[in-house]
Amino acid sequence: MLPELGQFALILALLLAGLQAFFGIAGPMLGRDRWLAAVVPAVAGQAVMVATAVGCLIASFVSNDFSVSYVAGNSNSALPLFYRVTALWGAHEGSLLLWILLLAAWTVAVAIGSARLPPRFAARVLGVLGVVSFGFLLFTLATSNPFARLDPPMPDGRDLNPILQDPALAIHPPILYTGYVGFAVAFAFACAAMLEGRLDQTWARWTRPWTTAAWAFLTCGIALGSFWAYYELGWGGFWFWDPVENASFMPWLVGTALVHSLAVTEKRGLFKSWTLLLAILTFSLSMLGTFLVRSGVLVSVHSFAADPARGIFILAFLVVMIGGALSLYAWRAPLLKSSAGFELGARESFLLFNNVLLITAATTVFAGTMAPLISDALKLGTVSVGPPYFNPTFLLSMLPLTALLSVGIHSSWKRGRLRDSQRTLLITLVAAAVIACALVYGIYAHGHVLTPVGALLGVWIILSSLAEPLSRWRRGLRVPRGMLGMTIAHSGLGVLVIALTAVQSFTLEHDVALAPGATTTVGSYAFRFDGVQAIEGPNYDGVGATVTVSRGGAPVAVLKPQKRQYWVQHQATTETAIRMDHGNNILVALGEDLGAGRWSLRVQIRPLVSFIWLAALIMAIGGAVAASDRRYRNSKVAEAAAPGAAEGSAA
Amino acid sequence: MRRRGTVLRMLVVATTIAGALLTLRAWAVDPTELPDPRLQARYLALTHELRCMQCQNETLADSPVELAADLRHHVRDLLLQGKSDDEVRAWMVARYGDFILFRPRFSPRTAWLWLAPGVALLIGAGVCWRIVRGRAALVDADREPVAGDDTEAQDTRG
Amino acid sequence: MNRFALPMAVFVALVVVLAIGIEHSPQKGIIASPLIGKPAPPFSLPSLADPVRAVASADLKGRWYLLNVWGTWCFECRAEHQMLLEARDAHALPLIGLDWKDDDAQAREWLTQLGNPYEAVALDHSGSTAVDFGVYGAPETFLINAQGIIVYKYVGPLTRDVWTNEILPRLPPHAAARS
Repeated sequence: MLPELGQFALILALLLAGLQAFFGIAGPMLGRDRWLAAVVPAVAGQAVMVATAVGCLIASFVSNDFSVSYVAGNSNSALPLFYRVTALWGAHEGSLLLWILLLAAWTVAVAIGSARLPPRFAARVLGVLGVVSFGFLLFTLATSNPFARLDPPMPDGRDLNPILQDPALAIHPPILYTGYVGFAVAFAFACAAMLEGRLDQTWARWTRPWTTAAWAFLTCGIALGSFWAYYELGWGGFWFWDPVENASFMPWLVGTALVHSLAVTEKRGLFKSWTLLLAILTFSLSMLGTFLVRSGVLVSVHSFAADPARGIFILAFLVVMIGGALSLYAWRAPLLKSSAGFELGARESFLLFNNVLLITAATTVFAGTMAPLISDALKLGTVSVGPPYFNPTFLLSMLPLTALLSVGIHSSWKRGRLRDSQRTLLITLVAAAVIACALVYGIYAHGHVLTPVGALLGVWIILSSLAEPLSRWRRGLRVPRGMLGMTIAHSGLGVLVIALTAVQSFTLEHDVALAPGATTTVGSYAFRFDGVQAIEGPNYDGVGATVTVSRGGAPVAVLKPQKRQYWVQHQATTETAIRMDHGNNILVALGEDLGAGRWSLRVQIRPLVSFIWLAALIMAIGGAVAASDRRYRNSKVAEAAAPGAAEGSAA
Repeated sequence: MRRRGTVLRMLVVATTIAGALLTLRAWAVDPTELPDPRLQARYLALTHELRCMQCQNETLADSPVELAADLRHHVRDLLLQGKSDDEVRAWMVARYGDFILFRPRFSPRTAWLWLAPGVALLIGAGVCWRIVRGRAALVDADREPVAGDDTEAQDTRG
Repeated sequence: MNRFALPMAVFVALVVVLAIGIEHSPQKGIIASPLIGKPAPPFSLPSLADPVRAVASADLKGRWYLLNVWGTWCFECRAEHQMLLEARDAHALPLIGLDWKDDDAQAREWLTQLGNPYEAVALDHSGSTAVDFGVYGAPETFLINAQGIIVYKYVGPLTRDVWTNEILPRLPPHAAARS
C-alpha cells in the first residue's frame, strides 16, 4: 500500500511541478497576472507530495518491505535501523529522490524568501525551478522508479553495501546534494533575469545569498566526501581525481567564480554577462555530474549501475535545460553593456583574474575527466588520466591564484590605489616568508622545492586577509558581516594551502611484515605489533590487531586496525586505525596473514591532514556568515527597479 | 522476453561494478623488499604509476586483487633481471596497452590533453588583457560614484 | 560569429561527445587490446586431461581456434558456459580453454558437471600466460587464426550476439559454412 501511495505522490508531484513551471513562466510572459497566484501553491503542493513519497520509501525501509525492489536491493533485516534509513540514498533511484526532495526544499525556501521580490520576477524564478523539478521527476518515474515492485518479494534483502554503513555516509550525500541542487537557484535567477530582459545591481544582491549558501553546502559536501574516503578507505588518500569527485569539484570551482563575479555585478554593475554565464555553467556542471555517474559513459569506482537508456534521457534533459539557457544567453547578453571603468590595479581586475584562473582550473579538470570520452569520440584511442596529470596541471592555475589573492585583497574598487597599500603588502609578505621558513625548516628538515612556496602562499593569504579587519578593529570601526565572512573564508583557503603543502611534502609511508613483538620505526614514531585476535560485530566478524605506538620512548597510542567480513554480502573491509598526535595523523592498516603469526601492516604518518577538512569547514562558515549579511534581508534598501515592483515590495 | 534480457544485462553490469567496489574495499599491503635499496625505490615508483587493470582506479601497489599481485611480481622479476624503468613500462604496455600507465604519455594523440591547460591559461590571459585595457580607457569618463557598500575596500579617498 | 553564441557551440560539441559516449558505453570498461593483429604469445602448458602432455600454441598452428580464459571461481564464466557448449556443437572451430589460476580437481568436476566445450584445456597455474595475453578479467575469449595471429578479443561472457556478429563473420568461408 505504502509504495503505491509513494508512487502516486510522485505522479502528483510531477503534475504540480508542471503547473509550477507553466504558470511561473507563461504567466509573466503573457501578462496574465492572475496566473502568478497559482505558482506558490504549486510549489507547496509539490513539496508536500515529494515529502510524502520520501516518507513512504523510508517507511518501506524501516518496515523491511522486501517486495519493493529498491529496498530489497539495498537493505536487510539485520541492518541497524540507522542504516536502514540512510540506505534511502544508497543507490541510484533513492539518491535521485533525495535530489528531488532537496530541490523542493530549496524551492520552498526561495518562495518564502522572495516574498519581497517583484511578483513577476519571483514567479519566473520559481517557474524555472519548476522546469528542473519536472525534468527530474519525469526521469525518476520513467527510468528509475524507486517504488518498483518485486513479484514474488525476496525473503530478505541483499543488504546495504558495507562501505556505505558508516555515519559519515549518512550526511555526505544530503549535504553534497544540497550544494549541487542549490546552484539551481542561481541558475533560476539567471534565467529569470534573461527572460525579463534586464539584469541590474539589485538582481545581483538578490542572487548573492542563495548562491553563497549553496556554495557553502557544496564546500562541506566535498570535504565530507574527502574526509570519509580518508577515514573509511584508510589508505591515507583523501583526493583521487576520480571522475565523480571531479564532477563535484568542477561546479565548486565555477561556483566560487560565480560568488566573486556577483560581487562585482552588485558593486559596479559590471561583469553581467560573466555572471550569467557562470550561473548557467555552474548548474550545467552539476547536471553533467549527475549524467556522468548514471549513464555508464565513464568507469569509476563511484558509479551507480549504468544504463544507456538513462544516459540518453539525462542527455536530452541537459539539451533542453542548458541549450535553452544558452540560447537565452546568446539572445539577451549582448544587450547588457555597461560603461563603467576600472584601472589595471583595481579590485575588479583582480576579481577578473580570479574568474579566469578558476575557469581555467575547471577547464583543466574537465579536460582530464572527459579525456577518455573525448579521445574515444575523436577516434584517438583510449587514454588514461590520473593524478599524474591532474596534480601538476591544477597547480598551474592555483599558484598564480593564491598569490594574486594576497595582493588583490588590498586593492580598492575602480581605482586600485595599490600604492597606498604598499607598506601593508610588504609587511605581510615578509612576515609570511619568515613564518613559512620557520615552519618548513624548523619543524621538518626536508621537502620539495614547492614546499616553502606553498607554505609562503598559505601564510601570506591568512595575513593579508586579516590586515583590513584588524586595522578596522583597531580604529574602533565595525567589521560588517560581509567582510567578516570574506576574511574567514579566505583564511580557510590559506589554511588549506598550508595543510596540503604539509601533507604532500612530509608524508611518510611504510609497508612491513612483522611478527608479534617486532617493532618498526617510521619518522619519529616506533610501532610495536602485539598480535591479532578474533572480533565480532552486529553483522560482521573478523580479525583485530593491536599496535602500540610510541615516540621518544613514551607510549603515544594503542591502535587497533581490523579486517572485517560482512555476512550478507560476503564482503571484506579493512578498518584502518587512525590517531592524532601533535597535528600528525598516525595510520595503521592490517594487511595479510603471512603465516606463523606474521602479518603485513601499512604504517603512515601524515602531518596536518586533519587541517584540510578543518579549512573547508572554515571556508563554509565564512560563506554562511557572508550570506547572512543584513543588507540582504533589509527590504528598505531594496531599490524597486522592476516595473512590477511597486505592487510587490514591502515597507 | 526483451525486458528480461535488459534486466539480466543490468544485473550483470551492476554485479561487475559491485564486484569492482568489493575488491576496492580491501586494499593491499605490499611488504616486498628488494635486496638493493635503489631497486626497491624503483619498484615502489613503478608499482605506484602502473594501473591495476581490474580495479582500474587503483595503482598496482594498492590493489588487493590477485592480478595486481601477479603483475607486481612481474615488475619485481623484471627489475631483478636488470631491465630499465622504460623497459618495464614497455613490457606492460605491450600486453595491456597505454591504459596501464597512469600518466598519459605525451604523444600526438594525447597532445591536446597536455596542452589544454596551458592554452586555456593563454586564452584567459588574452581575455583579461582585452577587458582590462577596455575598462581602463573608460575610467576617467566614468563619473558614477562607487556604491556605498560597507563590505569591501572603499573608494573613499578622493 | 556573435561571441555570445560561443558557449552554445561548445555545448553542442559536448553533447555530441556525450552521445557518442553513450553509444559506445556497452563496451565501456573494456580496454582495446594492443595484441589485435599481433602474433599470439607462445605458450606450452600442462593439459587438464593429462598433465604429462602439453597444450602448446605451436601445435595449434594451421588451425583457427578460440582461446577461452576461464576459472571455476569466476561467476560470469558459469553464465557463458551454455553458449560455449553451443559454440562447440556448431563445429565451426575448436575451443581451447585456458584455466586461469584454478584448482585442477575443481576444474575437472566443473567440466564433468556442466559439460566440456573444450577440445583441450591448458592449465595456467602461475598466471604468466594470461598476463602475456593481457587478460585482466575472466572470462575473455580470443579468436586466433591459422597463422597464430590474434584476430579478435572479447571481454565478458560470450553471448550469441557476439558469436554470430563478431566471431563467425571473421572466420574463413569453409569454417563458417559448417556452423
